[in-house]
Amino acid sequence: MLSPVFLSRLRALLPAHGVLHEREDLVPFESDGLSAYRNVPDVVVLPEDEAQVVAVLKLCHAEQVAVVARGAGTGLAAGALPVDGAVLLVLAKLGRIKAIDPLARTAVVEPGVRNLAISEAVAPHGLYYAPDPSSQIACSIGGNVAENSGGVHCLKYGLTVHNILKLRAWTIDGQLLEIGSDALDAPGYDLLALLTGSEGMLAVITEITVKLLPRPERAQVMLAAFDDVAKAGAAVGNIIAAGVLPAGLEMMDRLAIQAAEAFVHAGYPMAEALLLCEVDGVNEEVSADIHTVREVLAASGATGIRTAESEAQRLKFWAGRKAAFPAVGRLAPDYYCMDGTIPRAQLPHVLRRIGEMSAQFGLAVANVFHAGDGNLHPLILYDANQPGELEKAETFGGRILELCVEVGGAITGEHGVGLEKINQMCAQFAAPELARFHEVKAAFDPGKLLNPGKAVPELHRCAEWGAMHVHAGRLPHPELPRF
Amino acid sequence: MLDSLIERIRAAHENHAPLVIEGGGSKRFYGNAGAGEVLSTRSLAGVVDYQPRELVLTARAGTPLADIDALLAGENQMLAFEPPHFGSPPQPSRTWGERAAVTPEPIHATLGGALATGLSGPRRPYAGAARDFVLGVRIIDGTGQPLRFGGQVIKNVAGYDVSRLMVGALGTLGLVTEVSLKVLPRPAEELALQFELDEAAAIVKMNEWAGQPLPLSATSWHAGVLTVRLSGAAPAVRAAHAKLGGEVLGDAAAFWQRLRDHVTPFFDRRPLWRLAVKPSTPPLGLGEAQWIEWGGALRWLASEHPAATLRAAASAAGGHATSFRGDALHDGVFTPLTPAMLAVHRALKLRFDPRGILNRGRLYPEF
Repeated sequence: MLSPVFLSRLRALLPAHGVLHEREDLVPFESDGLSAYRNVPDVVVLPEDEAQVVAVLKLCHAEQVAVVARGAGTGLAAGALPVDGAVLLVLAKLGRIKAIDPLARTAVVEPGVRNLAISEAVAPHGLYYAPDPSSQIACSIGGNVAENSGGVHCLKYGLTVHNILKLRAWTIDGQLLEIGSDALDAPGYDLLALLTGSEGMLAVITEITVKLLPRPERAQVMLAAFDDVAKAGAAVGNIIAAGVLPAGLEMMDRLAIQAAEAFVHAGYPMAEALLLCEVDGVNEEVSADIHTVREVLAASGATGIRTAESEAQRLKFWAGRKAAFPAVGRLAPDYYCMDGTIPRAQLPHVLRRIGEMSAQFGLAVANVFHAGDGNLHPLILYDANQPGELEKAETFGGRILELCVEVGGAITGEHGVGLEKINQMCAQFAAPELARFHEVKAAFDPGKLLNPGKAVPELHRCAEWGAMHVHAGRLPHPELPRF
Repeated sequence: MLDSLIERIRAAHENHAPLVIEGGGSKRFYGNAGAGEVLSTRSLAGVVDYQPRELVLTARAGTPLADIDALLAGENQMLAFEPPHFGSPPQPSRTWGERAAVTPEPIHATLGGALATGLSGPRRPYAGAARDFVLGVRIIDGTGQPLRFGGQVIKNVAGYDVSRLMVGALGTLGLVTEVSLKVLPRPAEELALQFELDEAAAIVKMNEWAGQPLPLSATSWHAGVLTVRLSGAAPAVRAAHAKLGGEVLGDAAAFWQRLRDHVTPFFDRRPLWRLAVKPSTPPLGLGEAQWIEWGGALRWLASEHPAATLRAAASAAGGHATSFRGDALHDGVFTPLTPAMLAVHRALKLRFDPRGILNRGRLYPEF
């Protein structure tokens, strides 16, 4: 519990309405986009500029109160879940686009600016900000940096880490770190990379300089149907082997196709798997790539190939994919979205194993993938009102992530670890690496005041978790004491 | 081999004995001078795994870059950040001149050196830097502890991005023993065009063109000539050529390779400064002898100006200045860090190399 003295000091730093403490004001902040995890915060602060952010950090540091930073609250890993006894620092009001430089192709923005708002603001210059997470209409750029967000165009255009140049970041004791530069590199360690995806554990960001790209002259999408998911998976590798780097390469399985078609009538054929392949660039490049991709898809055994003939049809093809999550949401009261990544060659094996586990757990799964970069989003269907189903879905999801690690992949491609995948971190990393992560945090935040308990598990937690997850007769952390 | 490196680092840690990590030695001139016993990665060579269909290559640190280039070329792929080799023929430098001059055999740049320096070539502004292509690393830290970060998949946000932290750290946080990289398909066609333009006009053109959907893959300006490389499908390159005009440069591949590896007389001049600036920065007005790359974001200067002048100019242009090849400077060849940034650097160094035995002082004299 926070003391009345602390709260009154907090109020003195911020404008009226900048500190929320009444329960009805706090409840909207009890979870981020992963609503299965809820915890009503003790206090919410809504600073309006950098100076107020820094003042809050300094006070919290002086009083040894923890701070959880939050952007738009669209995260999918409970990274912004409130922590008991901590201040929830909401950065949504830092929402100014401070500068746009069309010649140098950069924009300077505050963390509360929405992802899509950047592209909208720079559109008159023929430019855009490339990373496009599916929540881009609502998610904030500060949250994107915290999670190293991706989107459907990562394979060609990269993640957030590839598309930002500079940060103004503050340590918990109120020191300014100017990270990166307006040039293409900066002296010293690559703290820009270290902070990107650090989930609010190292510093609080108040300003971001993003890189802008020219809008492609043309984008064209193709839709290919397959009677076998393994063939579709192989086609993905074949396209890349042919030397084409698609802007987007998405895959959906039968259940996801059915759900999407019923929901938005995108005109998808019924099939075991669909591939959506978008190529973009200069006009002639797109024509050449379309030709190549068409040949590869046919040679890979596609049962039907269609090229969008108009911009309207292109958007319709995409509408089905982009609506896949809500569409699947109509099939069951709840769904649980996973975010594992695998080497593409493992796709058929992993899909088969997910199918087997689905039968074993008695829970249906719809599969949607960023196939081009091996990022799976299996959607586990369940009903939270049925006792035990949420736990079952979570266990199933955890097993999928462990499977990803087993085949050489990762437990999260773009959503982050947060609190949700903290146990699976024990499968992804061994004790020395986890210990080093804690030390990296200590280099910035020795008092463990920023977002405590997230992103990196304590080693005893792994020991306890490991005891429950004996795999193939081997404990994942035999070197650790068991409690 | 790995075990013996671990042993040596453990022993060095115990004895507080500094080590100087060295691969091919082609970039020995870069950074501040190190002191200590040489720890060679040359025997830690070889490609561990290469899956062209996955666009992923994993190789040991001592693998020559030339071997990797050749292997990738065989599959029509490439390291898109075009790491400079700075290898054969040996490039004597002022700092290490005596040693380089007596080197009897050709110098082969290694993958480990490319990653440790984090340097990238002409394609960097259009395709990405060395750090952008790193997917995972294995390292041995300053206590002899082997560690593994990242992996072999393109998207991975589990844990802090320690892999990219190693890129450009000049070996001060750990000996990189193995690296996984994303590779890219080689463009079907490349063409270089030349234009006679003064510096100011060339800088504006490079920036304007980068803001348009053109298949740019490299830019260079030197002595009144702007050279632009186009890469992509043949019809796309032809269309861009028609749009931009210019004179076609013969033997363009050699031109870009010479620029990448600094094998032209301009780069023999000393001291040679590297100024990284906001790409649209107008001419710096610091003298005639200059080579501009990276769409204006990189300006090589053969300049006798004091470090303070060059650092101030770079800083005013949103960037930083490095004494690339030249005399040692008392506060180091890189632009000094702010006290808050230096504190974080030291804190990280302490956690990866508590006794400061790995490449001590190579990045900054303070650690």
